[in-house]
Amino acid sequence: MRRWIYCGRFRVYITETRFSSCGSSIFIMIHYAAVPPIGGVRATRRFSSDSEESPGSRRESGSAEMEAAVFILSLVDCCALIFLSVYFIITLSDLECDYINARSCCSKLNKWVIPEMIAQALATVLMLVSMHWFVFLLNLPVASWDVYRYVKVPMGNMGVYDPTEIHNRGQLKSHMKEAMIKLGFHLLCFFIYLYSMILALIND
Amino acid sequence: MRTVLNHTCLLPVHLNARSPYSQPFPSLSELSSALGGLGGVSELEAETLRPVNLLQERNILPPKRAPPPEPNLSNDLRKVNCSPDTFRCTLTNIPQTQALLNKARLPLGLLLHPFRDLTQLPVITSNTIVRCRSCRTYINPFVSFLDQRRWKCNLCYRVNDVPDEFMYNPVTRSYGEPHKRPEVQNSTVEFIASSDYMLRPPQPAVYLFLLDVSHNAVESGYLNVFCQSLLDNLEKLPGDTRTHIGFVTFDSTVHFYNLQEGLSQPQMLVVSDIDDVFIPTHDSLLVNLKESKELVKDLLNALPGMFTHTRETQSALGPALQAAYKLMSPTGGRVTVFQTQLPTLGAGLLQSREDPNLRSSTKNVLHLGPATDFYKKLALDCSGQQIGVDLFLLSSQYSDLASLACVSKYSAGSVFYYPSFHHIHNTAQKQKFQKDLQRYLTRKIGFEAVMRIRCTKGLSIHTFHGNFFVRSTDLLSLANVNPDSGFAVQMSIEESLADTSLACFQAALLYTSSKGKRRIRVHTLCLPVVSQLSEVFAGADIQAISCLLANMAIDRSISSSLSDARDALVNAVVDCLTAYRANGSNIQPSGLIAPAALRLFPLYVLALLKQKALRTGTSTRLDERVFSMCELKSQPLQQIMRMVHPDLYRIDNMTEQAALHLNDSVIPQPPLLQLTAEKLTREGAFLLDCGSVMYLWVGKCCNETFIRDVLGFQNYASLPSNMTEIPELQTTYSERTRAFISWLLESRTFLPAFHVVKDDASTKTSFFQHLVEDRTESAFSYYEFLLHIQQQMSK
Repeated sequence: MRRWIYCGRFRVYITETRFSSCGSSIFIMIHYAAVPPIGGVRATRRFSSDSEESPGSRRESGSAEMEAAVFILSLVDCCALIFLSVYFIITLSDLECDYINARSCCSKLNKWVIPEMIAQALATVLMLVSMHWFVFLLNLPVASWDVYRYVKVPMGNMGVYDPTEIHNRGQLKSHMKEAMIKLGFHLLCFFIYLYSMILALIND
Repeated sequence: MRTVLNHTCLLPVHLNARSPYSQPFPSLSELSSALGGLGGVSELEAETLRPVNLLQERNILPPKRAPPPEPNLSNDLRKVNCSPDTFRCTLTNIPQTQALLNKARLPLGLLLHPFRDLTQLPVITSNTIVRCRSCRTYINPFVSFLDQRRWKCNLCYRVNDVPDEFMYNPVTRSYGEPHKRPEVQNSTVEFIASSDYMLRPPQPAVYLFLLDVSHNAVESGYLNVFCQSLLDNLEKLPGDTRTHIGFVTFDSTVHFYNLQEGLSQPQMLVVSDIDDVFIPTHDSLLVNLKESKELVKDLLNALPGMFTHTRETQSALGPALQAAYKLMSPTGGRVTVFQTQLPTLGAGLLQSREDPNLRSSTKNVLHLGPATDFYKKLALDCSGQQIGVDLFLLSSQYSDLASLACVSKYSAGSVFYYPSFHHIHNTAQKQKFQKDLQRYLTRKIGFEAVMRIRCTKGLSIHTFHGNFFVRSTDLLSLANVNPDSGFAVQMSIEESLADTSLACFQAALLYTSSKGKRRIRVHTLCLPVVSQLSEVFAGADIQAISCLLANMAIDRSISSSLSDARDALVNAVVDCLTAYRANGSNIQPSGLIAPAALRLFPLYVLALLKQKALRTGTSTRLDERVFSMCELKSQPLQQIMRMVHPDLYRIDNMTEQAALHLNDSVIPQPPLLQLTAEKLTREGAFLLDCGSVMYLWVGKCCNETFIRDVLGFQNYASLPSNMTEIPELQTTYSERTRAFISWLLESRTFLPAFHVVKDDASTKTSFFQHLVEDRTESAFSYYEFLLHIQQQMSK
């Protein structure tokens, strides 16, 4: 028996209230209603301590909810990617202007290469799973480029950003260009997700 | 007035009499009209632009090694310009725009040898060092004085004020003539740096020797040679009273030596925890050389004997290097590593990656890059603490030099390799090791150095070649700087240079001398800017271009593949000659035409393709290949040119004709011969000067006077097969030969190994592989290469 409330389209379960040393904190589990099985129902809006669901499924609203949820997650992911791109651009331009040296710049950037790859892969997989083919195909080249770049690092190099090579052969400029292109791409994706999310929320 | 340089006055020898265009050297007006209205071209340029049909010209090599081309400047600028031995550009006429440079299809770059041993060096002791306010260029002979009180920077064109102290000239004791001061009269000067140029008080000279004492190392016997050499040169190590020295030996554990002043004999401290190596005591491992000299000598005398019965076969090089780093971090200095096998224990252990069956593969050569980033990271750590690591590799088996060399490459150290070193079985290597150690221990050294290369506004540097770490866009961090390393940079033209007629380059090297004085050595080079493609070709410096292409090819073979690099080299020649043909009007449509300035281009590129670093199809050990690559990237230009295209002389019939008379000795000047077996004859003896090794090839029917008078044996048959020096006999022949050879070796720093090669000896392959114009089973002959280029050009 769990207590839950409706918060917009989301059913919010209140799992437990715990008093910690810094005050009480409420652990909240956010649960979006998965597509209910045929015949399954969703409860009407009220406080209820039982989790019985009234008959009559509304599959469209369930899937619209999922849509919105997917896009919200992708939006958050995309935000993170935007911040990462901006961070890359700032660090690389610091190196260009001599505010930091090559070693610290490269160690900072190398730390965030794998998180970036994971975030990009997450966005791509989300789009695949929720069957938005166009956006999936849009994200796929960037994700595969990330993986290719990571895998192609020669054995003797200290990561994707190598301090001994970064000043050679215009690598600094090409990394900067890459970060700018990614920033532009993520901004575009951000607006796509935002628009799709609003659409999904409205269609609910 | 400019005179026509002798070496370009070769009349083409036309073998094909039916060619309708065979004619002697055309007059200036004919050339002008033929080259498409150059008009007003100087004699010098006309000479360097003289078209040469490479397919027909048999004697392409000048009789003496060509001097570097002179830039087309006025006489006073030429007199003060930087010496080409120090600072050399691939194009002595800088193109105005990037488009023009692209049209010429030649690389633009600089080759530097900034810390070269100089016989005369003006040292400026004034308190103020005059520098431009915006770009921080040092004042140099090519600035312009607007009036007595203001000067205009030649790199950024900013107008600066002349400080008061600068108005007084200490040399002539006159006032009011700033342009007569030594900084403005010499392009190579040394300033004494004030405390503004120091991040910390100047460090003393600190030397640490890391010695491999595994069973393999003791077998090879290098320890004896090293200890003896160091004992002989202990007084001559560069430094002052603060010089420190230390020793660390390693096999499967790391051993330190306590050399504290009061001890009766050196104490050995063994650290066996190689996974977390620590320093056993904090002082007295690096001791003051003057105070502990007796103990150091005792240790050096005892060291070879201490490990004769060792059974350790493993080598923990990585932990030893980590220990050395910890030991030297407080001060910085130089670490010299002696290694005789693959490191098999601890951090940085390496696997054997070479497949002996693929040594002569014609396809890609693998494993040219490092296997792990351990040595690179360590080198960067060392570079940050001003520690330079030099590597002496004395192994007979594969030791993954590609990974090990990283520790020297990025900490501004040098790599030395003695393949198959053994003190009994390979006396040639042993002698070379001794001679090299002699030079290595006593040569000048600079510590905690940085170098900055500045160019005129509009030019920018985009790639660096050499042993250093590029800390920021144009700042090179060199933990140690030595007089035997060369550097190269590639440039591009970002903005048009149309509004200036002179382009200047300045290399400033800030270092701490071994006596603890902070110095700045500044070299400035000035070159004219041109707007015509033909002038760009006229000013091409073919030796510098070949060296820069070698550097680029090595980079390409490590980042992409060896075959890519080889193709790129051939394409460089094809593109350049196509660009020349497209530019000039076609006077000779058949044949392979090149301007006289570039006539040796295909020959040098063919020689590069046959170097150990870049050759395919001939069995080459991976370590030797990687070492050849390291040499090509870090040696100064003259050394590289001798390595790539050695000098061949016939010495059994040298005459006094055209000889040099120096210091009451007569030095004969035999002409340079082309590197082909056609020029060898059984009746002669020939000397091949390859820079680091010299061969004296004696033909089977060589005249007995020569063998008796110069080599000291009765006849050809009695010559031993492993002779490594010429005896000092009192005959004219011997004196002449020895005078010639010493004249060749005069300004060399590392003395070459010397081999006398008989015609039927098994060692003759090492002699014949240097004859680059000949055909081998996997490579073209020179003529075939020219035909190949012609074929590519017509595609």
